[in-house]
Amino acid sequence: MTLFGYRLPGMSSLIIWGLLWEIVGQAGLTFFIPPLSEVVGTLIEVIQTAAFQKALYETAYAFIAGVFFAIVIGIPTGILMGKNRLLDELLLPWVNVFLSAPLTALVPVLMVLFGFGMKAIIITTTLFAIWIIILNSRAGVKQINRSLVEMAHSFGASPVDAFFKIYFWAALPEILGGVRIGIIRAVKGVIIGQLLISIVGFGALFELYSANFLMGHFWAVLIVLFALAFTISEFLAYLERRVSYYAAKR
Amino acid sequence: MDMSQTKTVVVDTVPESAVSTRNISKNYGEVEALRDLSLEFPRGQLISLLGPSGCGKTTLLKIIAGLLEPTSGEVEVNGKTVTGPGPDRAFVFQDFALLPWASVIRNVSFGLEMRGVAKSEREDIAARYIKEVGLGGFENAYPHELSGGMRQRVGLARALSVDAEVLLMDEPFSAVDEQTRRKFQEDLLGLVQNENKTFIFVTHSIEEAVYVSDQIAILLPRPSRVHEIIRPSGFREKGADNIRRDPEYLDIVDQIWASLRTYVE
Repeated sequence: MTLFGYRLPGMSSLIIWGLLWEIVGQAGLTFFIPPLSEVVGTLIEVIQTAAFQKALYETAYAFIAGVFFAIVIGIPTGILMGKNRLLDELLLPWVNVFLSAPLTALVPVLMVLFGFGMKAIIITTTLFAIWIIILNSRAGVKQINRSLVEMAHSFGASPVDAFFKIYFWAALPEILGGVRIGIIRAVKGVIIGQLLISIVGFGALFELYSANFLMGHFWAVLIVLFALAFTISEFLAYLERRVSYYAAKR
Repeated sequence: MDMSQTKTVVVDTVPESAVSTRNISKNYGEVEALRDLSLEFPRGQLISLLGPSGCGKTTLLKIIAGLLEPTSGEVEVNGKTVTGPGPDRAFVFQDFALLPWASVIRNVSFGLEMRGVAKSEREDIAARYIKEVGLGGFENAYPHELSGGMRQRVGLARALSVDAEVLLMDEPFSAVDEQTRRKFQEDLLGLVQNENKTFIFVTHSIEEAVYVSDQIAILLPRPSRVHEIIRPSGFREKGADNIRRDPEYLDIVDQIWASLRTYVE
């Protein structure tokens, strides 16, 4: 966008929203919204505390493990569903059910099954992320050009070769799209897990700050979380653009 | 060489036909795509399968390639019954079937890669064929950076690089523009002469079939069958430039059109 002949850098609109936040905060309309400057001050302070670093570590650990399982299980499952009619018929209804189900309601069941520890949080994270990854990988394989498959077959590709050298690459643009959305959902999953299962990580900090009306701290942690999720999502969007040159011509 | 001769040859231990199809039938449910189709493909020649759409020419080619299984009948390549794709055949696709995420050299060496040839060796071979099809300098380009004609040259180089005895070409020039197609047809004549390979060439263009073929098998639909085999003889030695105005060439084109026209909607 250009304004008065100047080209504005991306996300310039955030300045307006930041200003609005500062004004509302300074006006003291509600304790719920402290001024942005105060939040930023708190943020710098909070980041240096041991409690925050421990929470960051716990959250990152659960998040990375959960996303890891969602990816290594989700992508092959989705590709195989796209290739194999029988498997597709068997699994697709479940994938669709879980994709749209309110997974939060399942968390108590997971607690019963897997206890109150890190394991249940990781599984919650995986469950939030995996379905869209499966569905997108499947869609990527479904649209593959038949003659690419025939080509691989005619030059004697084994099923394993075909999987890694044709199907995976042909579906890669959709797979990356699925992973990006899956990771955004995993952020939700890990926080919900930490709030409901055992009060650890960022979930514990949110609980602590909101219970004690420390709104500055609350917003500071939320900003950190948003920034992390946004960075990861943008990185994946960048990877997606790297493969978009062939997405239209497969 | 007439049909009775080819039949006696088949009995020999070293058949003169590179490929023979015996009583091939192919049904898709109720639909009969091919019925009891037998054809001989002599070694070292280019044989076209020509016919109106729906005559099963691509189906037959894919059965020979081992990509489709016939409902009954069998295909022999060098006297061995075909059960699937094999290193004795290479396929050139109508839509090129290139890997869009791979460079030209990786695309060309794909067949060798599937055969377990070491990377440096297969890239040497691929580079040689890339030059041979006239794409030298484009080794590291990607398919989306090439024109349609250049893409099909990549597909051709890939099929040549595995050094199969039989080249199966499924309407290879139908997706490129007219001028490129003419150039391709001329190049193909040279290829048939220089490479000691058998070419099976599917096309819907009468002129193209007559121009490039040693033999033309005319297929007719409903039910699909071989209507006629035409062997142009007189104009092949006159050079690429003179074929199109040779009287025999023109006569054969007219003759084929006369037998096909009633089948074209």
